[in-house]
Amino acid sequence: MAATPTRLLSSNRAGWAMAAPAVGLILLFIIVPFALAFGFSFTNQRLFSPNPTQWVGTANFQQLLGVSTLTLEPERDASGAVVLDDDGQPKYPRLRSYTRNNPDYPHLQGKQEWFSFGWGDSRVFVLASDVVFMKALRNTFLFVLVVAPLQGGLALLLAVMTNQKLKGINFFRTVYFMPVVVSIVVVSLLWRFIYDGDNGLLNNVLGWLTFGAFEPVDWLGNPSTALPAIIAMSIWQAVGFHMVIWLAGLQSISPTLYEAANIEGASRWQAFRYVTWPGLRNTAVLVLIVITMQAFALFAQIDVMTKGGPVDSTQTMVFQAVERGYRKQDIAAGSVISVVLFLIVLTISLVQGYLTREKK
Amino acid sequence: MATVEEAQGTATLEARSVSWDRVWRYALLILGAVIFIFPLLFMVMSSLKPDAQLLADTANLRAFLPVGDISLDNYFGAFRRAPVATFIFNSVLVTAVTVVLSLFVCSLAAFAFVFLKWRGRDIVLAVIIATLIVPFETIAIPMLIVVNNLPWISSDGLTLGWLNSYRVQIVPFIADGLTIFLFAQFFKDMPRELIEACRVEGATWFQIYRKVVMPLSGPVLATGAILKFLAMYNQYLWPLMVTQDEGYRPVMVGLQYFFQLNPVWGEIMAYLSVITVPVLAFYLFLQRAFIASIASTGVKG
Repeated sequence: MAATPTRLLSSNRAGWAMAAPAVGLILLFIIVPFALAFGFSFTNQRLFSPNPTQWVGTANFQQLLGVSTLTLEPERDASGAVVLDDDGQPKYPRLRSYTRNNPDYPHLQGKQEWFSFGWGDSRVFVLASDVVFMKALRNTFLFVLVVAPLQGGLALLLAVMTNQKLKGINFFRTVYFMPVVVSIVVVSLLWRFIYDGDNGLLNNVLGWLTFGAFEPVDWLGNPSTALPAIIAMSIWQAVGFHMVIWLAGLQSISPTLYEAANIEGASRWQAFRYVTWPGLRNTAVLVLIVITMQAFALFAQIDVMTKGGPVDSTQTMVFQAVERGYRKQDIAAGSVISVVLFLIVLTISLVQGYLTREKK
Repeated sequence: MATVEEAQGTATLEARSVSWDRVWRYALLILGAVIFIFPLLFMVMSSLKPDAQLLADTANLRAFLPVGDISLDNYFGAFRRAPVATFIFNSVLVTAVTVVLSLFVCSLAAFAFVFLKWRGRDIVLAVIIATLIVPFETIAIPMLIVVNNLPWISSDGLTLGWLNSYRVQIVPFIADGLTIFLFAQFFKDMPRELIEACRVEGATWFQIYRKVVMPLSGPVLATGAILKFLAMYNQYLWPLMVTQDEGYRPVMVGLQYFFQLNPVWGEIMAYLSVITVPVLAFYLFLQRAFIASIASTGVKG
């Protein structure tokens, strides 16, 4: 290379001309909208509005992320005994007396109860100015924290299974990958039918496997099963994608290493632990990053299956961003969620990048 | 004698344990196949049945078999209910045009990044790679404002706003960091001497791109095309936001029509089959290329 005259390879005009279409499009359709999202999040921009847009500073962020706690003692009667309500639970002062025009608690103004927990005799109430968003935040993190390891792990299991030297193994690889080419919208609709409480396939299969002992569940209509149901379906759809990435990693490991392990008398598990797994380090990082990114963008499944319900048990950040920014045409409210989401994704990629660089 | 018998005994024992081992492996593989295939099989089989039978069949294995009152009625019903042909046409048009333009624009840019030296190249490349961590969902809403304010020249003269058109579904997705990255990775492994020799011969950069580099880029073109095809055909959020006019709607947005006024499950399944089975067939036909293309994103990454 050193012998090559650089003028052969350097050409400002040709270089810019060839890169220009792509650079221009990325600028207009990724970088400008991205910058706008940041800008709008500090304003009260709407999609169509007769009033001029105003700068509101960090008010949107405060409204979105405002959280406070309030510790309350149970009410006591004249004798000092705790007052119980109809259900036999201790009775607490009404939250509304703190959150509505109470001059002693200005920071609680307009906040609502998110959740509460007992703390000795008293009860700690966690209040948020945007309870729906807080639930969306929690659900999104829950989704990511469950899906990333589970989907990555199952994909690795499938990859190991389909990396065996068996007759017809390519058939199984092909089948496991099939749902990946099917749109998540189609998959979501199909699984709505599978999860149905009355005639759902899943209830029937479980009933059959347990000889009728299984009580039918309305999987998507029940707040405690809706998110797990969506998690299971999402994994079913996407696991084949990551199986293929793991497979590529597995096949890049030299067979001589396995021969050596065999000669040393390593068990199958030891061969995996000391040969396969170290060889998959880079693949593992990639799989984890890709799944994490995709999981944070959870939207279509929610939109098609539950619309965030029942009782906000499947709200997610992107679903709320679209709900507010598009359906309610409140661009600022949608943008501020987008910015928070982006900052979370950025932080996670920086942390993942840092961790993986450290160990190299 | 005893030793020979013993040896034979252990041999058969080993053979037997090996075959049991194989049985277990296949059993596990088949269980996996059932889990992945049966929901799709259920979709196609249900599309052939009237609703009453469809619902009754979910109680047993008939759900996965083409038995009972089988007909294509649901397909006719689906085409009557919604302009299905229009949706399919729109999806195919948008997907095909975007794939072709994307491969051209992105490969050209990658060529410039890998083979040419120009002022600002490294910083531009770094910014493009950085865009890979921006989820589309986070910029979709401000992008709506952008496309709503873009001009277009048509027979009516200069108009403002791109909503309800093909271009709003195509142009924003032509250039993307991943496709540029895939091409750049592929070009890096090409012999630079070849490019330099062509340059010495007096070929222009575009001639080198078109006559030398592109003909050698079959695998990466297939990878890029497959990934873009899947992303475009399966798009949902963006077309949902930008196409209120049914004349421009793609297949995924068209699904909404099947939930208005007495939804018929058989028709829904028929529509799902119509928009999914061709893609599955395409995949099964080219499955090695599909799997290789996904794998290549992993190895290079």
